[in-house]
Amino acid sequence: MTTQTAPPEAPTKPERRKLDENALRNLGLVGVLILLIIVGIITKPDLYSDPTWVKNNFLTILQQASAIGVVTVGMTFVIIGGGIDLSVGAIVAIAGVWSTTLATQSYGAGGMIFTAIIVGTVVGLINGVLIAYGKLVSFIATLAMMVAARGLAAQISGKQTQISTNSTINDIASTRPLGIPLLVWILAVVVIAGWVLLNRTTFGRRTVAVGGNPEAARLAGINVKRHTMLLFALSGLCCGIAAIMLTSQATSAQAAMANLYELDAIAAAIIGGTLLSGGRGTIVGALFGVLVFSTITNLFAINNLPTEVQNMVKGGIIVAAVLIQQFRFQSLTQLFKR
Amino acid sequence: MSALSRRRILFGGAAVGAGALLTACTSNEPDNSAQVNTNTDASANPNAAAGEKVVIGFTAPAADHGWIAAITNNAKAQAAAYPDVEFKPVEAGADAAAQRAAISTLVAQKPTVIVMLPHDGKELDSAGLEAMKAGIPVINLDRAFPSQAAFRLQIKGDNYGMGLAAGHYIGEQMKAKNIASPIIGEIPGIDSLELTQERSAGFKTALAEYGFKVANRRPAEFTADSGQAAATALLQALPKMDALWNHDDDQGIGVLAAIKQTNRSEFFMVGGAGSKAAIDAIKADNSVLKATVTYSPSMASSAISLARLIGQGKGMSDLVELQVPKEITLASETITKDNADAYAKLGF
Repeated sequence: MTTQTAPPEAPTKPERRKLDENALRNLGLVGVLILLIIVGIITKPDLYSDPTWVKNNFLTILQQASAIGVVTVGMTFVIIGGGIDLSVGAIVAIAGVWSTTLATQSYGAGGMIFTAIIVGTVVGLINGVLIAYGKLVSFIATLAMMVAARGLAAQISGKQTQISTNSTINDIASTRPLGIPLLVWILAVVVIAGWVLLNRTTFGRRTVAVGGNPEAARLAGINVKRHTMLLFALSGLCCGIAAIMLTSQATSAQAAMANLYELDAIAAAIIGGTLLSGGRGTIVGALFGVLVFSTITNLFAINNLPTEVQNMVKGGIIVAAVLIQQFRFQSLTQLFKR
Repeated sequence: MSALSRRRILFGGAAVGAGALLTACTSNEPDNSAQVNTNTDASANPNAAAGEKVVIGFTAPAADHGWIAAITNNAKAQAAAYPDVEFKPVEAGADAAAQRAAISTLVAQKPTVIVMLPHDGKELDSAGLEAMKAGIPVINLDRAFPSQAAFRLQIKGDNYGMGLAAGHYIGEQMKAKNIASPIIGEIPGIDSLELTQERSAGFKTALAEYGFKVANRRPAEFTADSGQAAATALLQALPKMDALWNHDDDQGIGVLAAIKQTNRSEFFMVGGAGSKAAIDAIKADNSVLKATVTYSPSMASSAISLARLIGQGKGMSDLVELQVPKEITLASETITKDNADAYAKLGF
């Protein structure tokens, strides 16, 4: 399972090699982003000739990537740790709905944020307990949670769209400190926190160890069960944060919100270089993955192309990214080594 | 050891407290905005006089959408308005197969009439035939069966007409403002649905009469967050716009939020369906939303009234015929500031 991560020909400087590989992959994604923007400039020169529009366009791309980006950070941790979380969209929905009931709204913005974060984390924790201690496969446990959480969200909301009347919450989406949307700041903070957690703490090291080889991690003294549980709680926490972001953007929440976020988050993590079998992955790559999708959506919108073609292109990019990961980069990095 | 247990007690206490607070937070006010025909005065309307008892079986999908919720609420409320009607709702489950099973159960209970909003008209055609064969008249709500023998009455909205109405409203407004080549945006709902395609076709046809066309079209998914995303993309693609048609007022909550977040106001917007929030906004006239074209869930209330008449063998008193007709298509009406008051009670 982890043969790709530890090739025999480079045993002396594994750390260095990993860095190079990640840097190369991220460089590739930056290349894709630049390519997409060039296509935009060629197809819509009139729009791109206006500097104000261009600035707004980049901020829009970032803003549209913000909520799903936060979810993807949590997803990346879960996948690196050897699991998968299919319930993220449903957790966003239950957290969003729970925090916008009339009763919660009566506690003000603080109450709503608290509720969304606690509900998200607790639902993630339940996932974690089922997987770590109930010994359910994460695919099944989170699939069950996906259905159940959406059901509970529909039950609580009475299948209605719950409008947020709290101006503090609604203003999150329109506030722009230093000219940059607050939602983008939140994304930046979560990404940086995620990067530090993964690369600079024992929690991050353990995540990689648990995902790479759980048995070896256990023998090395890591409490694998507890760690797995915490990873799913972390994913739930990210969903809770995203729920508030999405609620403020839509000024409402409903049981069907964040539809198919699980697939977008998994896809973004994978094209960002996270190994689906666990043990390897980067937060920066995942962020680039989200940005690639967001930029494609933007490119198709400004050219008024139908969304069905957009979905086909997205599918193609996912397949291409994984294929490139498997063949091209391995041989490329080996080429550079020789 | 003692430190650990103290920490546990603290965490445990906090968890219990948060749990108690959160459980209290799930309550919502009961919804009482059902659209009911209250014309049950028997002296004015002989049809309203209590007749023989009618058992109405009812099934509609459990979709997470305000419109479907309103359909179910309306049917329930209208049935409750008649003393001679017994309302028997059956959960339709998540898909067509589950609803087929639900209808079989319903048929076995032998209600007088069945009112159903199918998941999909084509897929539930056989269920309609089965009930009709068992001698139970079927009233199809909104999603037509292909077989004529599968229903006694079909009552539905007019999706194509909705698009026409929105297109005509925008066309007339543009003519009045002397805009020769307006930039028009469109935000439909789920694009793969037939109803969305009909709405868009009607919109296109009406705009073509004025020589206009849609400049950009970004589908959403009938949810507020997807509406916000689609509108943000559309607004970015069209730095200047003259008019916008959003197919659905529920997703319109997100569309309006996106418009506000981007500080845009150079255009006007037409909604779709006729939700209470949309009608209120049109009446208040403080946003870009200036009109909405109806696709009213009041059809569920009418379906129950007509189911009762069919069950009792009565006709519609204003018509010559002794029985209720076979097909009724509601007209799509345009709600503007001028008539918003009259429609306020029909908002859902």
